[in-house]
Amino acid sequence: MTTLTGSFRRRFRGRAADVGRRFESATLAHRETVASDAPASDLPAVDLAPNDPLLVFLQSSSGAVEIDTLELDSPGLAEMKAAGVKLVVPLLSQGELIGVLNLGPRRSEQEYSTDDRKLLDKLAAQAAPALRVGQLVRQQEAEARTRERFEQELEVARLIQQNFLPKQLPDLAGWEIAALYRPAREVGGDFYDVIPLPDGQVGFVIGDVTDKGVPAALVMAATRSVLRASVQRLVDPAAVLERVNEHLCPDMPSKMFVTCLYGVLQPETGRFRFANAGHDLPYVKTAEGSVELRARGMPLGLMTGMVYEEKETVLAPGESLLLHSDGVVEAHDSDGKMFGFPRLKEAVAHYPGGGELIELVLADLREHTGPGAEQEDDITMLTLARSPGPVTDDDSARMRQLVEFDAPSAEGNERLALARVSSIVAPLGLSEPRLKRLETAVAEATMNAMEHGNGYRADLAVTLRVLTDAESVRVQITDHGGAVADQESEVPDLEAKLAGLQRPRGWGLFLIKNMVDEAHEFSDGHLHTLELVMRLGADVEDEPENQPKGRGNDHA
Amino acid sequence: MTTHEVMTTVRRRGEVTLIDLVGDVNAQAELAMHEAWEEAIRDGPEAVVLNFEGAGYINSTGIALIVEMLASARKQKLPIRAYGLTDHYREIFEITRLADFLAINPDEDSAVTGAERSNT
Repeated sequence: MTTLTGSFRRRFRGRAADVGRRFESATLAHRETVASDAPASDLPAVDLAPNDPLLVFLQSSSGAVEIDTLELDSPGLAEMKAAGVKLVVPLLSQGELIGVLNLGPRRSEQEYSTDDRKLLDKLAAQAAPALRVGQLVRQQEAEARTRERFEQELEVARLIQQNFLPKQLPDLAGWEIAALYRPAREVGGDFYDVIPLPDGQVGFVIGDVTDKGVPAALVMAATRSVLRASVQRLVDPAAVLERVNEHLCPDMPSKMFVTCLYGVLQPETGRFRFANAGHDLPYVKTAEGSVELRARGMPLGLMTGMVYEEKETVLAPGESLLLHSDGVVEAHDSDGKMFGFPRLKEAVAHYPGGGELIELVLADLREHTGPGAEQEDDITMLTLARSPGPVTDDDSARMRQLVEFDAPSAEGNERLALARVSSIVAPLGLSEPRLKRLETAVAEATMNAMEHGNGYRADLAVTLRVLTDAESVRVQITDHGGAVADQESEVPDLEAKLAGLQRPRGWGLFLIKNMVDEAHEFSDGHLHTLELVMRLGADVEDEPENQPKGRGNDHA
Repeated sequence: MTTHEVMTTVRRRGEVTLIDLVGDVNAQAELAMHEAWEEAIRDGPEAVVLNFEGAGYINSTGIALIVEMLASARKQKLPIRAYGLTDHYREIFEITRLADFLAINPDEDSAVTGAERSNT
């Protein structure tokens, strides 16, 4: 009886596309007797390429094939002959060649007999299905291991992400802070943070790292750490993002970057200063609807030396702010249509703020994507909602923003700015003469900003903000004139002008300062702002000291 | 609110020349106002009266244009008056001291009469 021992040696060759046709060549040593202590005498393993003609031949052969008699232009055949293979037995399962038994010479040095061949054919017929089952089991095991590794990586990414998200949100009197972080199955790079700051201020962060999985999670963790360290040393949101960018750039993997918005809330006043590194624009729910908060800046980690624009707004009682990630607006429906910014903006305008807003937006998203749709990307939302509440003495002292708009730098646009500010301010109770004075000051300040601050450049707009509290109305006019503080250093003197000692022009700043109760200038080095203040209240009108100032040459 | 480019007309009442300003008195009004002024003083009037009844928005550049008229009038010892100013712009004329060099009347008749009287 012929005893077949030896080990199966497997060689898999092929590209990924060949995996389904993996070919196994099992090399068997043929011994007539087996000694318990005798080492297995194996033939060298033979590696058959998937396109070897020998495979085609064996696929169609009816049984064991004698190698020495074969004539084929086959590297595999040549290798077999060199290895001393005498007989090959194809292993066929459901008509597919899944392996080959290679047999060396009989130890008796006799030829393989007909009985040997029959026995081997029977063996092959029974072994092939078993081998196929084994192959399938191994394949499934390999796939399971790959899946498991992938899931483990996702779990690691999830753990990193969740570990760096706030464990709890601060409890701010008069505010509702709510957040949602819902990772996609293939975890993205979303993150948010809420950071207590000195003087009761609170920092709010939302960000998104390009890429997914562990790499994104690690970059997110690094960004969050650098940001947290930076806010302890710097106050201005723009300066914080500049520092974070400088720290991230050297070690940022190629093709990765981080979009991030950082804002600082002063809970008592509702003042929210912010800078944006290329993140989706947040929305503020106001009495009139919803508005975007715009501030320019490149994403973090792309290049050093970036400068970030800093803006601010005031969240009035009843107003709320939504910070969100692109997973919301970029969710697709079954037709491939995105949820989109307009719909989210509309939702912010019409839904209540806070946690309820998040729930309602999620419901809209579910309706949009359809039931059972897999979430494409991480979804993150962070809301700050200021309680409407009854107006208290405290509330009356708080400043709220009524409007913010841009006026392109073009001659004549100061009149449009004047008209818009006037229509916003008119209901606040300024008397007609004082409203007219404010109109003139706004027009002059806007004209100055367009001409001196922006040089009448079409690509630079003047931003106007109207704010009010119980006691005053403030109009802030911002241009890109940097630290330029005073464009008209000459005090206008009509006598001198009439005598030709001064030019006829140069009345703008003089008019501004004499039309309003207060005028303040400030600059962050890039943006220059002039703030005009008019006090509200009937008694203000009659106070002599509140009459227009500067009836003479003694006012600059 | 839309901008209205100024339109000027120059007319004579006796020895007084009147310039009617209709529209915005701003940078865009410069040429029209210079031309109107030249026309107004061409025939040697005894006084010039500026009619602001139809004027809308007057800004700092418009003030400067009026200063130029005043400077020219001063050189020629030509009295100059104004009427039709709203309370707001009258206040601005006071703040800038234009009112110290340019008599302000409530209407055309009083402006013309005032100009004639001051020359008698």
